[in-house]
Amino acid sequence: MTMKLSARQHKQRLGFSLLTLMTFLTVIPIIGVVIYIVYLGFPAINLEFLTGFPREGMREGGILPAIIGTFYLTLGTAIFAVPLGIGSAIYLSEYAPDNRATQLIRIAIINLAGIPSVVYGLFGLGLFVLFLGFGTSILAGSLTLSIMTLPVIISTTEEALRAVPQAFRTVSMSLGATKWQTIRKIVLPQALPGILTGVILGLERAAGETAPILFTVAAFFLPSLPNSPLDATMALPYHLYVISTQVPGMPIKIQYGTALVLLVFVLSMNLIATTIRSRARAKRQW
Amino acid sequence: MDFLVPGHLSQYNLYVQNIKRLLVLTFIILLAGCSGRGISAQDPSHQIKIIENKGSDTIVNLALAWAEEYQVIDPTVQLSVTGGGSGTGIAALINGTVDLANASRRIKEEERDAALENGSDPVEFVIARDAIAIIVNLENPIEHLTLQQISAIYSGAINNWKEVGGEDRPIVRLSRETNSGTHVYFLEEVIRLGEKDNQTLFAQNTLLLPSSEGIGAEIRQNPNAIGYDGLGYVNDDMKVIGVALADGKPYIFPSAMTVNNDQYPIARDLYMYTNGEPEGVIKEYLDWILSSEAQEIVTELGFVPITK
Amino acid sequence: MKSKQITRKETVSSIREFLITALIKAAGYSAILFVGMIFLFLLLESFPALREVELSNLLSSRWYPIEDYYGVLPLIGGTLIITIGATLIALPFGVGTAIYLSEIAPRWLRETLKPLVEVLGGLPSVVLGFLGMLILSPYLRIWLDIPTGLSAFAGAILLGGIAIPTVVTVAEDALDAVPKSYRDASLAIGATEWQTIWRVTLPAARSGVLTAVMLGIGRAIGETMTVMMVTGNAPILPTGLKDLFSPVRTMTATIAAEMGEVANSSTHYHVLFLIGIILFLISLAVNVAASAVVFRQKKSQERILS
Repeated sequence: MTMKLSARQHKQRLGFSLLTLMTFLTVIPIIGVVIYIVYLGFPAINLEFLTGFPREGMREGGILPAIIGTFYLTLGTAIFAVPLGIGSAIYLSEYAPDNRATQLIRIAIINLAGIPSVVYGLFGLGLFVLFLGFGTSILAGSLTLSIMTLPVIISTTEEALRAVPQAFRTVSMSLGATKWQTIRKIVLPQALPGILTGVILGLERAAGETAPILFTVAAFFLPSLPNSPLDATMALPYHLYVISTQVPGMPIKIQYGTALVLLVFVLSMNLIATTIRSRARAKRQW
Repeated sequence: MDFLVPGHLSQYNLYVQNIKRLLVLTFIILLAGCSGRGISAQDPSHQIKIIENKGSDTIVNLALAWAEEYQVIDPTVQLSVTGGGSGTGIAALINGTVDLANASRRIKEEERDAALENGSDPVEFVIARDAIAIIVNLENPIEHLTLQQISAIYSGAINNWKEVGGEDRPIVRLSRETNSGTHVYFLEEVIRLGEKDNQTLFAQNTLLLPSSEGIGAEIRQNPNAIGYDGLGYVNDDMKVIGVALADGKPYIFPSAMTVNNDQYPIARDLYMYTNGEPEGVIKEYLDWILSSEAQEIVTELGFVPITK
Repeated sequence: MKSKQITRKETVSSIREFLITALIKAAGYSAILFVGMIFLFLLLESFPALREVELSNLLSSRWYPIEDYYGVLPLIGGTLIITIGATLIALPFGVGTAIYLSEIAPRWLRETLKPLVEVLGGLPSVVLGFLGMLILSPYLRIWLDIPTGLSAFAGAILLGGIAIPTVVTVAEDALDAVPKSYRDASLAIGATEWQTIWRVTLPAARSGVLTAVMLGIGRAIGETMTVMMVTGNAPILPTGLKDLFSPVRTMTATIAAEMGEVANSSTHYHVLFLIGIILFLISLAVNVAASAVVFRQKKSQERILS
């Protein structure tokens, strides 16, 4: 008996093909973009590019100050956002009662997550640079970026904490441990991979953003590396913006080379986070 | 009850330990960096003076070239250069947060008043001259335009290239952002033809591109486009239009010569402003900028050196 | 003797416990503090604009701040048309890809493609803007025969691209979370997989997918660098969908381009903060709408399941 495909099955075939097409239309440009950047940017990558200072109006030499600047900013963001974010998530997951106040906190976090990055830049300019007088500095930039990163860290940490089965806590408390002891010695370690994933993903976003650092920290050209948190600094995303729009006669390979370095920086953080997450999922004891 | 004293948890302790070690290491590095500066500040012979130079995007590459050259001459001075537009530099001068403000236009009366209110006293220096070139795509057959035609194009009165003798194409107007001194200069001297009472504005669909290279990129590949920018930003993949003061007058192409003998109608001075009369390292730097050595760099970059 | 020692130790550790709990509680409430601070600051700095500029000026259709034209409508319109365009791209492609990855693709393909999509999410917007300026806009000009490729359409495409990874990631998680039993039950009564997806799985994951789309929209509204580089930044008030192919100026690009040049506390400074607070309120509205939908969804699901 031959099977004639019914109308439903035709529809399914059509539908599946359409979705497959859509997915590949989404994925292929991504691959194309990455390959393009690697192809045009790779020739620029050498030791001098990664460790030297810019010369000849930034058309030659290296991008070390931008790399170091992005590193400092990421570090500064971590210093402020990580303890605050994890603490906040611990509160939401372990302590917060199910009442109005907690709902308010959640709404606040959702809103922080939705604020456009340029509005953070505006806020950072007004509060940290001008009102508190920090000036265009790593301090101002880090503070701005850290408030922006908070929602990501809080939500992923909370999720990681909630994923730890309640049984762990119950048994610990029944053996006489206090709440904090339970959190510190049992819950946190179990949730650590998830927390790390969230922290790294949050910091990855902070490293790649341009708008919040435009008026709070970024400089077009500085002759030396920053010495203190009150110094301004160059940064990779801003540097890419500047050399692709403001300097005439900029060699293509320098532009793409800088894009490549930024891409690698951001993607390697992504890779680390994803690896931690999948390894943790495999090793999970529940 | 086994999972309360699990062996694998020690792995996580290791995690935490490593992170703590990394943090401590980073803190030590940072601290070392900070204290390094403190030491040099106490020893006057090793004192590094930093000059902050901010403002015009037209001037920024020139300022950078000067900074690079000057640091070879005097290594104890470090110059930080930032763009953002003439408006940004002057705003920083008003706020008192910059040593040298670069501007491709004159400071306005309101800005001068605001500066005085904030305790800053702007002093003006002409550091180079510049021609504003009118540029189009290489494929565009147009060779010359009068100032009135350019004004009409940019204010929206003329919308198709065929109205000025070109092909049947829509005109895409390119401009710098409103914070650019070049933009303001163009508005006052070209669109408004230098008339004080003229209230004409840019056509609303003028593209405001964030920088000179933004304009360059579009001109290079769009035959419909017309743009304007400093001579230093023009290169061989764009076509420069000859400009006549009025119908019947000769068409002049921008160059150092035609700027300095006042033939080219759209020429301007480039400025640096200081807060009060300059002293110390800032004075030395400005003196050097006005010297013939620095002015050679001006020519190299495509601007027009000041004539003594 | 021994009981005294235990008591002292207990006291010390209970003080420590109290302190740490207090710190954690403070951290928990800090989110409210920050949102409040940002809102207050924006409000304080934008309020003078309402005094210094007449309402008719603010509601006019010309934005030219250096000559005191402060019409914000073209800017709001610019943001809206690009966001709508980006949503029209991100929704089908994003949800479609999520469905494909979650329901149709074989496991090995899914494990390869999902990280790849997340890669696009990690691409800094500056990189995309830069590529858009150099590659996308010239092609758009030629293909669509428009005066210039620097347009709202270019912005919408790139923003859609930026929003897609967010939509895919969150939607795929939501679809994945739908219990297998739902699908099994549907197939058991004779539905095809296609019918199962559209009539069972997707509706069950509705709140998650909607959240995904809302997050994607939020991302599109807030994007700055990309739009600055590819939309032409001309403050034209878009009046219809045909204006998708003309240049526009978004609120975000305006703030980024003009903030550096304003003198502290000038009228222009205050108006830029006004735009900032409008952006803040728009994203607030999108978020509240999304949460309300999710909340109502959960309530109705609870009712059904109970």
